[in-house]
Amino acid sequence: MNILVEVRFHGRGGQGVVTAADMLAVAGFKDGYYTLSFPTFGAEKRGTPVASFLRLSDEPIVVRDEIYYPDYVVVMDPTVIGPVNVESGLKEGGKIIANYPKGSEDLKKSMGTKAEVDVYTINATKMAMEHLGRPITNSAMVGALVGATNIIKLDSLIETVYEWFGSKELAEKNAKLIKEAYDYMKEVCKW
Amino acid sequence: MKKVVRGFYSIAHSVKLCRPNVIAAYPITPQTEIVENLAKMYANGELGDCEYVTAESEFGAASILVGASATGARTFTATCSQGLILMSEVLLNAAGMRLPIVLVNTNRAISAPLSIWNDHQDSMLLRDGGLIQIHVETNQEAHDMVPVAFKVAENSKVMLPFMVNMDGFKLTHAYEPVDLLEQEDVDSFLPPYQPPAYLTTKNPLTFGSYAPPHCYAEFRVALQNAMLRAKDEIERAYKEWGEIIGRDWGGHVVGENTDSDLVVVSMGSLTGMARDVVNQLRKEGMSVGLLKIRTFRPFPAKEVRDELSNASKIIVLERAVSFGYEGPVGIEVKSALFGLSPEFYSFAVGLGGRDVPREELVKIIRDVYEGKVEQGFHFRTIKEFEEVVV
Repeated sequence: MNILVEVRFHGRGGQGVVTAADMLAVAGFKDGYYTLSFPTFGAEKRGTPVASFLRLSDEPIVVRDEIYYPDYVVVMDPTVIGPVNVESGLKEGGKIIANYPKGSEDLKKSMGTKAEVDVYTINATKMAMEHLGRPITNSAMVGALVGATNIIKLDSLIETVYEWFGSKELAEKNAKLIKEAYDYMKEVCKW
Repeated sequence: MKKVVRGFYSIAHSVKLCRPNVIAAYPITPQTEIVENLAKMYANGELGDCEYVTAESEFGAASILVGASATGARTFTATCSQGLILMSEVLLNAAGMRLPIVLVNTNRAISAPLSIWNDHQDSMLLRDGGLIQIHVETNQEAHDMVPVAFKVAENSKVMLPFMVNMDGFKLTHAYEPVDLLEQEDVDSFLPPYQPPAYLTTKNPLTFGSYAPPHCYAEFRVALQNAMLRAKDEIERAYKEWGEIIGRDWGGHVVGENTDSDLVVVSMGSLTGMARDVVNQLRKEGMSVGLLKIRTFRPFPAKEVRDELSNASKIIVLERAVSFGYEGPVGIEVKSALFGLSPEFYSFAVGLGGRDVPREELVKIIRDVYEGKVEQGFHFRTIKEFEEVVV
C-alpha cells in the first residue's frame, strides 16, 4: 500500500491538535486523496501533551498504527518541545513546522536537529491572539503546514473551514488566520 | 455519498436510517459522540417519532430498552467497558427474553487500572451471554453492519440482542472516507420490525418470568438453538447486504491465502495492517495467509476449521486475556481445530490502547515463521518491568 504523506502533530489539550489533523483529512479528501486521521493523548484534560496523526494516500488506507516515521512534524505549542521528543523518527528530508517565536535557528540549536531536517518556525500564538483573541493555534499551524509543504490545496482547506465551523463569523476569522500563516510560510519556504 | 466522517458519525448516521423507535444511552468514552450525534439528530427532529431517553446509568439505559423492546420497539444503544459490564445484568436478561436490542460496543479496556483506550476485554466478558457479537475492521464496515444487526436481531428465527464491536479510538475517533448510506438503501434492506410477540394491554404476556427447574433448561436450549439458527441468518444477511448495497464484506470469516504454511488470525481494526504486512511478507517469498474473524458469537467453528485445516502454523492476534488461561480468540480457534495438530501461537497485543506498530507485527510473524518462538500464549508490545512479589 502506497502512503504518500504522513504527518504527526504535537501540542497540548485545548489547542486543537486533534482537530488540525481531522480538518486536513477532510480537506485532503476534497483533493482526491484517501485520508485517515486519529489522535492519542494522556488524560482527557486541557494542557496535557496530545499528538494526532494524518495519512494521505492514493489508495484506501488500512494501516492504523501511530506514525513513527513522519514526513512532517507540526508543533503547535513550543512548551512540548523537550518533554516530548517531537523529532522522533522524522524522515530524512523531512520538515518540522513549529510554533516557536524565537525562530528556526534557535530551535535547531536547542533541539540539536540533524542537518538534513528542515526546521521552519512561525509565531502562531501571536497570530491566533490577533485573529481569534484566544491562543488556539491549530488554524495557524494547519495553514503553516500547507504553506510549507503544499500537500493540500489552500482552497480545499478554506472550504473545509467553512463547513467545519457552525458560525460564519468564526469560519471567516479562522480562514483569514490560515491564509496569513500559509502566506507567511510559503514565503519562508520559497516554493 | 462518500464523505470523510468520524467513526462516531458513521454509526449515528446508519442508526438514523434504521428508523429506531427508542434510543436510551449513558455517555462513556469512547462511545459518547455516537449518542451525542443521535441526540442532536433527535433535537433537530431528524429521528421521526423516535424517543431519545437520557438514562441515569448504563444499567438504566439497558433497562429502558428492555421495556421498550418488549413492547415491540426497535431499540438502540451504544456503550463500552465499565458501561457494558454495568449493562451486562440487563443485557443477559434481554438475551433470555429474546429481545432484539442492537448495541454498538466501542471496545475499551476494563478497570483497574483505569484506561479509556482500546482492547477487547469488555466484549469478551459477555462472551457467554447469548448476545450475537461481530467485530468490524473499518468505519465503513461499522456503518454497514448496523442495518445488518437490526435485520438479524429482529429475524423471527433469531430474536436476540446484537452487539457490533468496533475498536475504540482506532475507529471511533478516526476520520476516514465512508460511503454514507441513503434512506432508500436501508429501507430496501431492512423492513419495519414486526415482533412475533410483544407487550400490550389487549393481550397480556409475561417476559422473563420465573422459571422453576421443571422448565428453565428448555428456555436455555431454545436460546442455544436461536444462536445456532443465527449463524445461518447472519450469513444470509451478509450476502443480502452485498447484493442490495453492493459492498460484500464476506461471511463469518474472510480468508486470504489460507492454503499457506502460516496463517495469521485477526479480529477488528488491527486486521487491515495485518493484511498489509502479510501481503508484504508474501512478496518477500513467505508462505503466509490471513484469516479475519468477523462473527465471534455464534462462533463460526466450521468455517475457521475449513480455512485453517491446511496450515502448519497458526498465529492468533489477541486483544484480550482470559486470565489464568490464555487469549480468548485462541481458545476458540484451538477448539475449532480439535483433532488437527498445527503449531499454535497466540499473542496478546495492544492491551489498554498500547499501539501495535507495523514493525511489531512483522517481527511476530517472522519469529514464528523462523521457529524462534515457543508454541502457546505470549504477550507482545510489553515493556520490560520488574514485578514486585513480596
